[in-house]
Amino acid sequence: MPLARWCILLLLACCPGLAAAEGMASLTGVPGDAARGRAIVVTRQRGLCLLCHSGPFPEERFQGDLAPSLAGAGSRLTEAGLRLRLVDGKRLNPATIMPSYYRTEGLVRVGPAWQGKTVLTAEEIEDVVAFLLTLRD
Amino acid sequence: MKRALLAFPLALPLALLLAGGAAAEPPQSGFALMAPETQAMQRDDTANPGMLWVQEGEALWAQSGCTGCHGDAPGSMRGAASRYPAWDATRQAPIDLAGRIEQCRVDRQGAAPLEREGEPLLALSAYVAHQSRGLPIDPPEDPRLAPARALGEALFRERRGQLDLSCAQCHDDNAGRRLGGSPIPQGHPTGYPLYRLEWQGLGSLQRRLRNCMAGVRSEPYAYGAPEYVAIEAFLMVRARGLALETPAVRP
Ligand code: HEC
Ligand code: HEC
Repeated sequence: MPLARWCILLLLACCPGLAAAEGMASLTGVPGDAARGRAIVVTRQRGLCLLCHSGPFPEERFQGDLAPSLAGAGSRLTEAGLRLRLVDGKRLNPATIMPSYYRTEGLVRVGPAWQGKTVLTAEEIEDVVAFLLTLRD
Repeated sequence: MKRALLAFPLALPLALLLAGGAAAEPPQSGFALMAPETQAMQRDDTANPGMLWVQEGEALWAQSGCTGCHGDAPGSMRGAASRYPAWDATRQAPIDLAGRIEQCRVDRQGAAPLEREGEPLLALSAYVAHQSRGLPIDPPEDPRLAPARALGEALFRERRGQLDLSCAQCHDDNAGRRLGGSPIPQGHPTGYPLYRLEWQGLGSLQRRLRNCMAGVRSEPYAYGAPEYVAIEAFLMVRARGLALETPAVRP
């Protein structure tokens, strides 16, 4: 039903807040693996999350304080909302310092090793989302 | 005399008040955020590894014939580093201190060029900059530098790399907070060339800038690129008044 779809698009365009509620559908159609997701979140080279965030990771000595704690992220946000923030949080807050983990356009002077590549793969995004959903208050 | 003395304490707060609009916080050197052991290492010349390069530079100064034109560096080079990058009339472009040293060697002495990040040029730069240790950064009022400073500021504010971050987002907006384990300094060029524990050696400001650029997964410019001179020209204005520390020590 094209009319209903147009209405939704119009609503989304008018109220960016709704996009947050809306979030984003799975990138792979396959549920992610929370254990792999945790490993990605705590690695400096892959996830980079703890450069900015802290969280319930008592074994990790160096955690950042540039961003809210990841503790309780799974209670505060829906699966779709978490995914949207990982894929491209700039759609919600263009000024955010959080990198867009699944975006390649609109970037400046990307190093040759990273050109055309997303920070995480679609599978990795789903793994991280699955893990964040387990972080409940 | 008596009146002048009395007027001074009154005039100073007023001047600060008037200047207050420009910068929200007073600039602070990265030194202030370091662990006490690292600070102690920088303060003590016998423990500061950077002093080895300064000594090497002193020997090179004499051997390379710099004395012929400039005499003794402690006299002639005092204050030089606090004024760079400066306008270079021959090239019609701003030039940084290492660039000027190279220009003297190659154009005036007919010597073979030195590698930009090689030990001899680092040592000479460290020796010359060391003569300004303790002096405030004092960028020249030279309108010809304005375009480079503007370009430097634009590059400082431009988001870059796969992680899409600008220098300003870390060094203006998040200075003092922790990126992983490291406190983010305000990013002032007070101590270069400096000894970095992570490098196990002396490195230039350009090496530091390349590290920050690679950190956000962007492509650094080649050593000696005009973009670095432009960024330095902006950083020096931003750091006006901070004391030079060469050779500083950083984690
Ligand atoms: C360079 C900094 C940085 C990195 C790296 C980073 N984030 Fe963030 N993140 C932020 C900031 C800042 C916010 C706050 C929201 C905003 O700025 O719009 C945020 C928000 C979030 C939120 C929403 C939190 C809430 O309670 O609303 C989640 C979830 C999140 N990040 C997860 C992650 C994960 C998982 C990673 C790594 C895969 C990561 N972030 C990497 C800076 C970062
Ligand atoms: C993601 C955060 C981040 C970004 C983006 C960033 N830097 Fe840095 N920068 C740092 C950190 C952290 C340090 C301190 C490193 C250390 O001491 O271990 C630093 C150090 C510096 C220093 C040395 C300060 C001193 O006391 O010696 C300068 C100068 C500097 N940065 C300039 C820049 C410029 C110019 C850019 C942009 C091209 C930039 N930085 C981008 C995090 C960043």
